[in-house]
Amino acid sequence: MYVAVKGGERAIANAHRMLADKRRGDRAVDEIGVDQIREQLALAVDRVMSEGSLYDRDLAALAIKQARGDLIEAIFLVRAYRTTLPRFGFSEPLETADMLISRRISATYKDLPGGQILGPTFDYTHRLLDFALAAESETMPPATSPVDPAETMTRVTDIIAGEDLIENNPQPADGQPVGDLTRDPLAFPADRDLRLQNLARGDEGFLLALGYSTQRGYGRNHPFVGEIRVGEVEVEMLIPDLGFAAPLGVIAVTECQMVNQFKGSKTEPPRFTRGYGLGFGHCERKAMSMALVDRALRAQEFGEERKGPAQDEEFVLSHSDNVQATGFVEHLKLPHYVDFQAETSMLRLMRAANARQAGLPPAEAAE
Amino acid sequence: MTKPLLIADGLTKRYGAVTACDKVSFSLDEGEVLAIVGESGSGKSTLLNMLACRLAPDMGEVRYRMRDAETRNLAGLSEAERRLLMRTDWGFVHQDAAQGLRMNVSAGGNIGERLMAVGGRNYGGIRQAAADWLSRVEIDTARMDHKPTTYSGGMRQRLQIARNLVTSPRLVFMDEPTGGLDVSVQARLLDLIRGLVADMGLAVVLVTHDLAVARLLSHRILVMKNGHVIETGLTDRVLDDPQAPYTQLLVSSVLAA
Amino acid sequence: MTTAYNFAYLDEQTKRMIRRAILKAIAIPGYQVPFASREMPMPYGWGTGGVQVTAAILGPNDVLKVIDQGADDTTNAVSIRAFFARTADIAVTTKTSEATIIQTRHRIPEEPLTANQVLVYQVPIPEPLRFLEPRETETRTMHALSEYGLMHVKLYEDIARHGHIATAYAYPVEVAGRYVMDPSPIPKFDNPKISGSAALQLFGAGREKRIYAVPPHTAVVSLDFEDHPFERNKFDHPCALCNATDSYLDEVVTDDRGGRMYVCSDTDYCEDRRAHGHRGAQLAEAPAGSALGQKPNIEAAE
Repeated sequence: MYVAVKGGERAIANAHRMLADKRRGDRAVDEIGVDQIREQLALAVDRVMSEGSLYDRDLAALAIKQARGDLIEAIFLVRAYRTTLPRFGFSEPLETADMLISRRISATYKDLPGGQILGPTFDYTHRLLDFALAAESETMPPATSPVDPAETMTRVTDIIAGEDLIENNPQPADGQPVGDLTRDPLAFPADRDLRLQNLARGDEGFLLALGYSTQRGYGRNHPFVGEIRVGEVEVEMLIPDLGFAAPLGVIAVTECQMVNQFKGSKTEPPRFTRGYGLGFGHCERKAMSMALVDRALRAQEFGEERKGPAQDEEFVLSHSDNVQATGFVEHLKLPHYVDFQAETSMLRLMRAANARQAGLPPAEAAE
Repeated sequence: MTKPLLIADGLTKRYGAVTACDKVSFSLDEGEVLAIVGESGSGKSTLLNMLACRLAPDMGEVRYRMRDAETRNLAGLSEAERRLLMRTDWGFVHQDAAQGLRMNVSAGGNIGERLMAVGGRNYGGIRQAAADWLSRVEIDTARMDHKPTTYSGGMRQRLQIARNLVTSPRLVFMDEPTGGLDVSVQARLLDLIRGLVADMGLAVVLVTHDLAVARLLSHRILVMKNGHVIETGLTDRVLDDPQAPYTQLLVSSVLAA
Repeated sequence: MTTAYNFAYLDEQTKRMIRRAILKAIAIPGYQVPFASREMPMPYGWGTGGVQVTAAILGPNDVLKVIDQGADDTTNAVSIRAFFARTADIAVTTKTSEATIIQTRHRIPEEPLTANQVLVYQVPIPEPLRFLEPRETETRTMHALSEYGLMHVKLYEDIARHGHIATAYAYPVEVAGRYVMDPSPIPKFDNPKISGSAALQLFGAGREKRIYAVPPHTAVVSLDFEDHPFERNKFDHPCALCNATDSYLDEVVTDDRGGRMYVCSDTDYCEDRRAHGHRGAQLAEAPAGSALGQKPNIEAAE
C-alpha cells in the first residue's frame, strides 16, 4: 500500500504523549496540584468558569492544569464537558441585592449606605515585582473585615431608581423562558437575555477592546460605574413539585452596573440608562467591559446612531466566543492542499493565457 | 385619459414634536417631471423617501400604477414585490453617487447588476448593454472595466444614472442630482438628464434646493416649507409669477443671485 | 472513559434535535437550517458540524469512512474516524464502496455513490453570499426573495478581470432551481458529482450552526453565464501512480529543484485502480510509507 493509515494514528498518539511530557515539565520540580491552582491562581479559575459557563472551581482548575495554563484551551475543555451535562432547568434571577459582599465600590457617590468597601483589589498596588514572592513567603492574614456578614447593601442603581432617575430594568414577560444560546441557535436580531448570555461567555480581551473603543468615540455612551460588587449570592431554583424555590447553593459573582447617558421623549421624562455586566468569581475587568458593550448594543432600542463596532449586534455576538474564534483561526493549519491545488491550477492557467497574449496590455489596467 | 402613475395621499411624518411632512398630497402622470423645492429642513427629502418606500409614513399612503396597469397601495406590497419594483420600474439617483453605486465593482458590473438581478445570464449581452449605456451617458467605453473610485464626480453621477436606467424604468427619484458638482459639470449633467428624460418619457420626482435646476428640468413645481406645501403649479407659472409670499422670497433671492 | 458517554458521543435528545434539522433540510433542498450546534470535543473548524451530523445519523450497523482532502490517512480524518470507532464502536473502512456513511472535508470520492450511502460534508462557512454581504439578517432576506443578482455580479467581475470565472473551489451552485448553496470548499472539479447523485448529501456547519442538504437525484447547477459556461478543470497529466485520467490530482513536490508528480487525491480510488493492474509512470519510484498528506514528524515524536 502506498500510504499507511497507521502512520497518522501513531503520529497522533506520539504527539499526545509528548504533550503530556511537556505539561509535566522538569520532573525535579514538584507537580502542581489542582488545589494549588484553585487556591493560588483563583482569578484564572474565575475566568475559565465565566467563559466556560460552568461554575465548578475544581473542574476549572483541572482544565487549567491539563491545558498547561492556556486559558482558552481550558475554557474549551470546560465547555466540551458542560455540553454533555443534562440541563434540568434554569434558576430564579440572582438577588444581587442580598449579596454577601467582599468588595463594593461606586464611582457615582462619595459615600452611600453600607459604604465603599475596597476589598481585595490590585487597584492601588504599585506594580513593582515582589521578589519576596519568589521565595516561600509568610503571608499575613487579612485585617478584620469591617463588613457585617448579616448586613446587605442596597444596590446603587436601586438608590437612583428610588428617585425615578434611571430607566426601569426591563422585565421579561411572565412565564417566558429565558433564552439559552447553547440550546437554540442564535438568531438576529437577538433579545437582551441572549445578548447578555453571549457577552458573559464572551472573550474578556475582545470585550475589553470593544468597551475601550466606545470610550474612544466609536459609539460613546457616557458611562458611570454606578456600582461594582463582588461577593457571594444564593442560587435558587423553582421546583415545580415543591411549589417553591429551593436553594441550590452559593456562588461568587462580580456584578457591574453602569449608569449611562439619559434618554427621554415627549411621553417619557428623561432618565439614565443601564448597562449590565455579570461574571463568575472575581472578574471586574470582564464585568465592566460587558456592561459597556451591553449598553452599546442597546443603541437601536434608544434610537441612537449605530456607527461603532461595539454597537453592531451581528458583529459583536458573532465574534465574541473565543472557543469558536480560536477553532476557526487555528483550522487554517489543517491541510488545504486540494483547494490550494485548485487555485494553483487556476493561476497557472491565467499565467499561460497572459503569456499567449504577450505584448498586449493586461485586461485590467486601472486597478 | 390615463390614470396618474403615482399618487401621494396625505403623507405625514413626525419626528417627536417636529412635523417633517404634513398631509402632502399630489399626483404625477407618466412622463411628467415634478420638482420639490424648498430650503434645507423644509421636509422635501422626507417626502421623497416616503414616496420611494425608503421611509414609512405615519399617516397617508402612496399609490402606484404597476406595469400591469393596476394601481396599488405601496404599503400593501410584499417585500419581494417592493424590491422588484425598485430594481426594475423605478430608479433612485442619490446626491452622493457613492451611495448609489457599488464602489468596488467595475462600471460594467454596476450597470449590469439590475439586468443580472432580473435573470440576465448572457455575459456578452450584459456587456453590450453596459457599453450602450456608457455611451448614452457620455462615458468612454474603454473605462467600462474600471471601478467608480477612479471616476470624477461628474462621471460617477452619470454612471449612477446609467445604472438606474438600464431596465427602462418609468419613474426615477432624484435627490439633488447635481448637488456638490462644479457649475460647468452641473450644466453638462443637466443637459444629459433632460435629454434622457425626454427620450425615455420618464416620470421624475426631483428634489432640489436650486430653482435653476427645477426650471430647466421640471414641468411642475411643489414648494415646501416646514413640512407644508406652500404652493404648487406649472414650473414657469410658479417661477415667473409666484403667488405665496414665501415663494416670492425664494424666487427673488435666487433670480437676483 | 468511553462508557461514560452515549453511543456516538451525543445524547439522544441532541441527536433528535439534529435529525429534525436534517429532515427539514432534506425537505427544502439547499436551504440552511439553523440548529443548536453543541460544543464538541474537537475544535470548531475541525469538522464539528460534520461530526454532529454523522453522530446523529450513525447506527450500530453503519460502516464509516472519513476523508480529508480525499485521503483517509490525513491526521484529521484519522482523528475523526478514531473518535467514532471509540465512542460508537462501529466498523470503519477506507473503501468507498464499503461505507454506508462517508464524512468528508474538501472532496467528493471519485467512485459514484449509491442509494444506500450518505455523504456528510464538513462546512466552514455555509453562506454563499457571506463575502458579498456580511449581515446574516440581509443574506436571509436575499435567500427568501431569491435575490441572487449580486452573486452573478461577482462572476461578471471575474470574467471582466480575468477573462473567465476565477472561482476554483467552494464554487456556488443553485439547488433544485431555488436556493443558491455553498457546496463547501470542494474543488469545482467535484461540483458535477453533486447533481443527481443517488446518495443523500448532508452538510454540517458547527461553528455557524447550520445544516443543509441535497436529497438524492436532485438537480444542482453551478452558476455561470450562457456564453461563459461552468467548466470542470482538467489535468494535463494522468495520475503518476495509477494512470487515471478522470480523477482530481494532488501536486506532490518531490525535490527542491522544481520536481513535481501528480497523484490521485482520492487515495482509495488510486489504490483500487492499482490493485486492478493500472500502473502509472512513476509507480516504481514513489516514496514508500506515508509520503502524502499532512504528516507530523513521527521520528521527532518518539
